[in-house]
Amino acid sequence: MFRGFRSVFYKEVIQISRDPLTLALMLLVPMIQLMVFGYAINTDVRNIKTAVYNLDPGPQSRDLLHAFENTDYFQIVRYVESDEELNKSIVTGRVKVGIKIPPDYSDRLLTGRQATVLVLIDGSDSSIATQSLQVSSQVGLTESLERLTTVLQNLQSRTSQLPIEVRPKMLFNPDSRSANFMVPGLIAVILQIITTLLTAFSIVRERERGTLEQLLVTPVRPFGLMLGKLVPYGLIGIVETFTVLTVMRLIFDVPINGSLLLLICLSILFLFTALAIGLLISTKAQSQMQALQLAWLIMLPSVLLSGFMFPRDSMPVVMRVIGYLVPATHFMEIIRGIVLRGATLVDLLPEVLTLVAMGIVLLVLSAFRFRRKLA
Amino acid sequence: MSVAIEINGLTKKFGEVTAVDGLSFSVESGEIFGFLGPNGSGKSTLIKLLCGLISPTAGSARVAGFDVLRQTDNVRQTIGYMSQQFSLYQDLTVWENVNFYAHVYGLKGEKLHRRRDAVIELTHIGPFRDRRAGQLSGGWKQRLALSCALVHEPQIIFLDEPTAGIDPVARRELWDLFFQLSSEGITLFVTTHYMDEAERCSRVGYIFNSKLITYGAPDELKQLPDVRPADAKWVEVTCPNTTIALSELKRAPYVRDATIFGQSIHLLMDASAPLDRIKTTLEQIGIREAEITPARPSLEDVFVTLTKRYAGNGRVMRET
Repeated sequence: MFRGFRSVFYKEVIQISRDPLTLALMLLVPMIQLMVFGYAINTDVRNIKTAVYNLDPGPQSRDLLHAFENTDYFQIVRYVESDEELNKSIVTGRVKVGIKIPPDYSDRLLTGRQATVLVLIDGSDSSIATQSLQVSSQVGLTESLERLTTVLQNLQSRTSQLPIEVRPKMLFNPDSRSANFMVPGLIAVILQIITTLLTAFSIVRERERGTLEQLLVTPVRPFGLMLGKLVPYGLIGIVETFTVLTVMRLIFDVPINGSLLLLICLSILFLFTALAIGLLISTKAQSQMQALQLAWLIMLPSVLLSGFMFPRDSMPVVMRVIGYLVPATHFMEIIRGIVLRGATLVDLLPEVLTLVAMGIVLLVLSAFRFRRKLA
Repeated sequence: MSVAIEINGLTKKFGEVTAVDGLSFSVESGEIFGFLGPNGSGKSTLIKLLCGLISPTAGSARVAGFDVLRQTDNVRQTIGYMSQQFSLYQDLTVWENVNFYAHVYGLKGEKLHRRRDAVIELTHIGPFRDRRAGQLSGGWKQRLALSCALVHEPQIIFLDEPTAGIDPVARRELWDLFFQLSSEGITLFVTTHYMDEAERCSRVGYIFNSKLITYGAPDELKQLPDVRPADAKWVEVTCPNTTIALSELKRAPYVRDATIFGQSIHLLMDASAPLDRIKTTLEQIGIREAEITPARPSLEDVFVTLTKRYAGNGRVMRET
């Protein structure tokens, strides 16, 4: 049943080692992707460039600006002298936020009237805009409260404290670092893409070059041939999992809260589904170009619908169902669960079982198609 | 002599297209069987059927006594296959390719060593042992392919256009190898477009539009009544301006068929007409020097004549 496995496996290993460029790409590209995405995809917005048009001479306005800067979200990069200039700074994209303090700001505060501050926000980048909106309102609120408490104290009231205080506590990932959230997800996406593509390519290449036909007139068994081609790439996938996890832990400093062993075992489970998808593609594609196109069919939902970038809960039902059918979605839950929430196997049972079921269906289906294509 | 390949009403359809249509013939052990026909006539399909790569729509075939449909594994163990396109691993060395196929065929121990050495010795590819297959020249690539196809000591080897695109010297050397194999009792089933190669085969089959038109020893085919009608004779005319002479001769009432053959013209003329009439015809267009000799039809004459007959309207239909 597995006749030819050893010869094909050995041959495949030689071929992979003969092609150092591909081998290097297989191991390096995920690193580079991890670096680029890990650093670039950053939803924590800090140091938003801000311009200030301050018409008020009093110290109160300076206090307010300090309060803005102290949040770390705003970085005042320029002071302007007119409304026009303020506007222009935003339109040209030099700053994302403009703060205008009117001339009567201090006076109004001192006389106990309401003072107004204008905050202009560039809405073209939604994450910056949301953040700026939130933080600036917060700054306003905090400043107002501080003044109110002072007033209350002056009135010699007994309570100088606020009546209600909400104390939110972030359970996992307390600093809300987006790396902690993005990098594990990225691992899922990278493993999927690399293993699926490599497997599909390695088989389709043999078809393109006619070597598959030559193999088929020999007594090699389809299963032996299939495993001989899959196992080397599976091993590469495992090596890749280890390196990527190491990078996540050491370079991005993402703590792994759950069991590392569990994470590795489930990563291997996920690799199986990725290999099976590659195999399935290879039974359909006649050329490497076609294989690439078919691989996109699975890679796009793995990136867009798996919850890697956008929360799945806010997706329309159709998209959510499609996302559900992609193995990466479930692995995304698993890896985030283990890394961020310290989830155990029992906690992740639904996802793990789904992935096992998918792996079995995919492997049987692709093995069946592979056999039928060959025999 | 025993029968190596026996084909019975073998038919293969791809959807509406019939690639191989009810072929029946047999190949005897130890012979070099040449299989000829225009591109797209079904040659490669037949080889794939016989190797068990595709299954027939109807009919049956036995290779080395094994049924190609039911005993595919036994068939595969006894045959070697060299495809049209070079299909070994270009990024593996000569040695690694031979080694790979030896292992794939399950050779072990002493036999493994003996066979690897034997095929390398046979094809003289030893000096290139450590060269990558992709860096070999066309002729050496074919030798390597032959080594790999022979490593498990097959009784029958299928060679699909083994000499396409290689130089004449390499071609001759490869054929010397084929003869050597044949003398060792191995059956060779070769497809080719070269008439000189066909002439060297012990028997040839000719397929046209998916049907086998004729098969037999080259000399037998030249005696076929279709090729050599009792009331006609083949003549070879050697003269200057062959193209002009040909078109003039084709119009002559006593000429049935004429083709250019190298530097001369082969024509089939009425047996009743004297050879001198050719001289007269040629002199009318100013060709005075002409050497006219009675000739035997070549294999090419045989195939062209038969093709014209079977194509009906006298035009050879080509699918390329």
